[in-house]
Amino acid sequence: MTLMPRNRANHPLPYAPGYKSSIPRSPKLALVSGAPTATEQTGPVFGHELIGKLDNNLILNFTGEPAIGERIIVHGRVLDETGRGVAGALVEVWQANAGGRYRHKKDGYLAPLDPNFGGCGRTLTGADGSYEFLTIRPGAYPWPNGVNDWRPMHIHFSVFGQSFGQRLITQMYFEGDPLIARCPIVNTIPDKAAIDRLVAPLDMGRALPHDCLAYKFDIVIRGNRQTMFENRMEGL
Amino acid sequence: MVQQLGYLPESASQTAGPYVHIGCTPNFVGIHGIYAEDLGATPFPEDAPGQRITLTGVVRDGLGKTLNDVMVEFWQADAQGRYGPGAQGFARRASNFETGEWELKTIKPGAVAGMAPHIGVWVVARGINIGLQTRLYFEGDDHSKDPLLTRLEHQNRRDTLIARDTGNGTYRFDICLQGDGETVFLDM
Ligand SMILES: [Fe+3]
Repeated sequence: MTLMPRNRANHPLPYAPGYKSSIPRSPKLALVSGAPTATEQTGPVFGHELIGKLDNNLILNFTGEPAIGERIIVHGRVLDETGRGVAGALVEVWQANAGGRYRHKKDGYLAPLDPNFGGCGRTLTGADGSYEFLTIRPGAYPWPNGVNDWRPMHIHFSVFGQSFGQRLITQMYFEGDPLIARCPIVNTIPDKAAIDRLVAPLDMGRALPHDCLAYKFDIVIRGNRQTMFENRMEGL
Repeated sequence: MVQQLGYLPESASQTAGPYVHIGCTPNFVGIHGIYAEDLGATPFPEDAPGQRITLTGVVRDGLGKTLNDVMVEFWQADAQGRYGPGAQGFARRASNFETGEWELKTIKPGAVAGMAPHIGVWVVARGINIGLQTRLYFEGDDHSKDPLLTRLEHQNRRDTLIARDTGNGTYRFDICLQGDGETVFLDM
């Protein structure tokens, strides 16, 4: 496998002053580029024994009693830039509860904790790259940046592909949320089309009547070419 | 008109934010009972061959402040210079909430394909909009033929990639995100 070079135009700018935390935390010097080596092209492979039965069910996985909130399915595929579904990819998610509060000692927002919501889940993609979570819709929440900045409803995603060089952490937003366009973190991404690709559409085809709505979120990670010439001699 | 190449654009990265640990190391932040153990707690089984080493470090921002909300991932070869199998060689650490220190007990990796022994490192945190890729090499190894280290245009920055030998199998690797002594970050 050969990793395709990363196209940084699809990504946020590291230094994005609208998001104040990025000001002292962004490198000023140029990245050093090079052809990927075994260190970037290989990566950890996680087995199905890692994943517990309720790991992808955030409604029940904390205490076994249901979390409060609007029940939703979040599903989609992990693909690479060549369009192939990535099988066996570990997808980890975390989110605020229905009121917009995280189970974290640093989150002092006045919305209450839900005793039955932990806020994390994980799964491995199937043969075609597909994954599914059952969760509650996270609430929007205020955060210290500008005087009145709010995060849109979002779910954080961490994705492993087949190569360590494919590692990606991103966020999923919800179709129709007016806070997306106002969010300084969203707006670290200069390309409007790249923002749109992080917004999951409502998917009534997967909604379960009298049970839950569904949103579809496909994630594209760096391309991994698999060519006929994989075993070519060095230098050819 | 020509046919479409049909490549898909990579999804945009977004910051891991201040609560990355809820998703990636929930037990570390007191969320117990969902996963038995945090992912990447131990990179190798106890009986794996090789020299035992301890790595420590912190991540600092452009004002010299230590980050206490960072997550660092490691990917390395075994003592024979082989990657895998499975998730062997992968580790994940959260920095300590008070001190910002992380610590990893692992095995000294062997050399891989002409490169000096090293560990791939990936850093995410609040304020980091796209994960930062770097490498940890070891003081005391022969780096004179390593393709990456010898190729660096600014050879005075090379030490930022080399963990300092602090004795008894311990190495120190501090990462500086910005400014004086800024770590070399990679696009590979
Ligand atoms: Fe968040």
